[in-house]
Amino acid sequence: MSFIYNKLMGGKQGFVGFILLALLVLVIFPLCLDLFRLNLVGKYLTYAFPAVSLVLLWGYGGILSLGQGIFFGLGGYGMAMFLKLEASSAANTAIQSTPGIPDFMDWNQITQLPWFWEPFNSFAFTIVAILVLPAAFAYVIGAAMFKRRVGGVYFAIITQVIAVILTVLIVGQQGFTGGINGITDLRTLNGWDMTSDSAKYLFYFINCALLLTVIVISRFILTSKFGSLLLAIRDKEDRVRFSGYDVSNFKIFIFCFAALISAIGGAMFTLQVGFMSPSFVGIVPSIEMVIFAAVGGRMSLIGAVYGTLLINFGKTAFSESFPELWLFLMGGLFISVVMFFPNGLAGLWQDYGHHITDRFKFITRLFKRKESLPLDDSTKSETAS
Amino acid sequence: MSTSTDLTLAIEDLTVSFDGFKAVDSLNLYIDKNELHVVIGPNGAGKTTVLDLICGKTKASSGSIKFLNKELTKLAEHEIVRAGVGRKFQTPSIYENLTVFENLEVSYPYGRTVLGSLLFKRNEKVIQKIHEIAKEIMLEDALDTESALLSHGQKQWLEIGMLLIQDPQLLMLDEPVAGMSVKEREQTGDLLKRISKGRSVLVIEHDMDFVAQIAQKVTVLHQGKILAAGHMEKVQNDPKVIEVYLGH
Repeated sequence: MSFIYNKLMGGKQGFVGFILLALLVLVIFPLCLDLFRLNLVGKYLTYAFPAVSLVLLWGYGGILSLGQGIFFGLGGYGMAMFLKLEASSAANTAIQSTPGIPDFMDWNQITQLPWFWEPFNSFAFTIVAILVLPAAFAYVIGAAMFKRRVGGVYFAIITQVIAVILTVLIVGQQGFTGGINGITDLRTLNGWDMTSDSAKYLFYFINCALLLTVIVISRFILTSKFGSLLLAIRDKEDRVRFSGYDVSNFKIFIFCFAALISAIGGAMFTLQVGFMSPSFVGIVPSIEMVIFAAVGGRMSLIGAVYGTLLINFGKTAFSESFPELWLFLMGGLFISVVMFFPNGLAGLWQDYGHHITDRFKFITRLFKRKESLPLDDSTKSETAS
Repeated sequence: MSTSTDLTLAIEDLTVSFDGFKAVDSLNLYIDKNELHVVIGPNGAGKTTVLDLICGKTKASSGSIKFLNKELTKLAEHEIVRAGVGRKFQTPSIYENLTVFENLEVSYPYGRTVLGSLLFKRNEKVIQKIHEIAKEIMLEDALDTESALLSHGQKQWLEIGMLLIQDPQLLMLDEPVAGMSVKEREQTGDLLKRISKGRSVLVIEHDMDFVAQIAQKVTVLHQGKILAAGHMEKVQNDPKVIEVYLGH
């Protein structure tokens, strides 16, 4: 029990924060929002996966990746490829010159399904691929960079470059990837209508459950010795190296884990939104993910989720009325976070949160009074006997 | 040259050059078991470079470094540490965001792999060892203090403690008393004498009074070469040494 409380929840403060977040996404949102808005929140919450991954990677590990969109995209594309193949059955695509392949391939004069699409006919393979391929790709990048001690700004630039390369590749290889439009028109998952209300509800709750699980696992990592080492590596990398640790392995591991988390978010994005396109892979979405984590508080797993929600609510609200102003506003917000509250929302809560919690002290007082009553009784009975 | 000895450290013909400049030039240095050896020399003599070479931070151009008959020049930094070489940096290198306890725990020589660190348990043995080391370095009362709040001297001790917890056979300290108060210097001198029992210690130092307090054997480096070596009085009276170093 104490293992769960201390290691998975992070003690009292972490536990309360976790329960409040779970209440918000599992109870309050579904009760208060209509299905359209709930689906929208579900989409935002998929961005929270890469934001949480950046808390581990950047906040604790000091490794700024400006390319989490790569892994978000790989996860999303993996899921989209499976769904697209299912949507492209011979019966559905009978009017094409080559029936049975995705429509965009047909438009690009491709007459046979490319080899790397074949395994995505299997749902089991797709799930494994979503979990393994992005992490494996991260391993290759991480091993190439960290073993050579590439870090800091150089690492950030290289991840950004890879994000650009991947986008260019996806856009350029239109026949294999769907190009700039992405993979669209996804309808069913194993024959089950994804656009139905029940599917939307289910995906929303699966998404929340996965996000909360990811937070719990991340908390376990951060409260272990590995977590202290991450902080130590961020502050004094040489000291860690000369304490007998192979620093690069630790960096590679957290980079792979961050990639895995982001990929899960990407896959859930495809399921809830119904398409995947290169606009969720490149530099802009990758930097947005960094902003989500920064605004939420880069040292706070739960803060990252709130940061993601806040920015995206803001984006939706503002871009509905002032579409041109939104980017300036977000840029301004990012600058003010960096300059005035470097620990983001989580930092503000830490500094000023007690003003709010003090008002709710009466609740805990009520509980305490109830607990103390039977104690009084027992002391009375003792003196009586 | 690869003879087997019972020396802790045997450096032979060690040379490193940076773009033709020989920072260390065919250096020979031997350190016995239980020996406290001090290396002195003016700025730019190559003292810190010698430590960098031993602990693998800098790769040697030629020559050999044998630690308990194990060649170190081919090993990676973390392998050298695991072989039993600990090195303290000149400026205190501690994890300022962690408490004293956590600093020592992170340095505890178990759970050094990724998986090991994830499954590492703070058991009774670990806690006991940390308390023991904290007592040794006079920081037992500060275990829960965030280490950024320690004084400069205490930070230096903490870093020494972080090495001690790994129980190295060779401990290398780069100017351990720089910036310390007189009282802290004395305490550090006593600490060094205590911890040099059962292991070899290699110290780089500028402060001659401190050297006189602790040194058994002294080596004077000058321009990457050994100028003089031996006991403190002998070295202090060596005219060459006086000329390049002590005389001004």
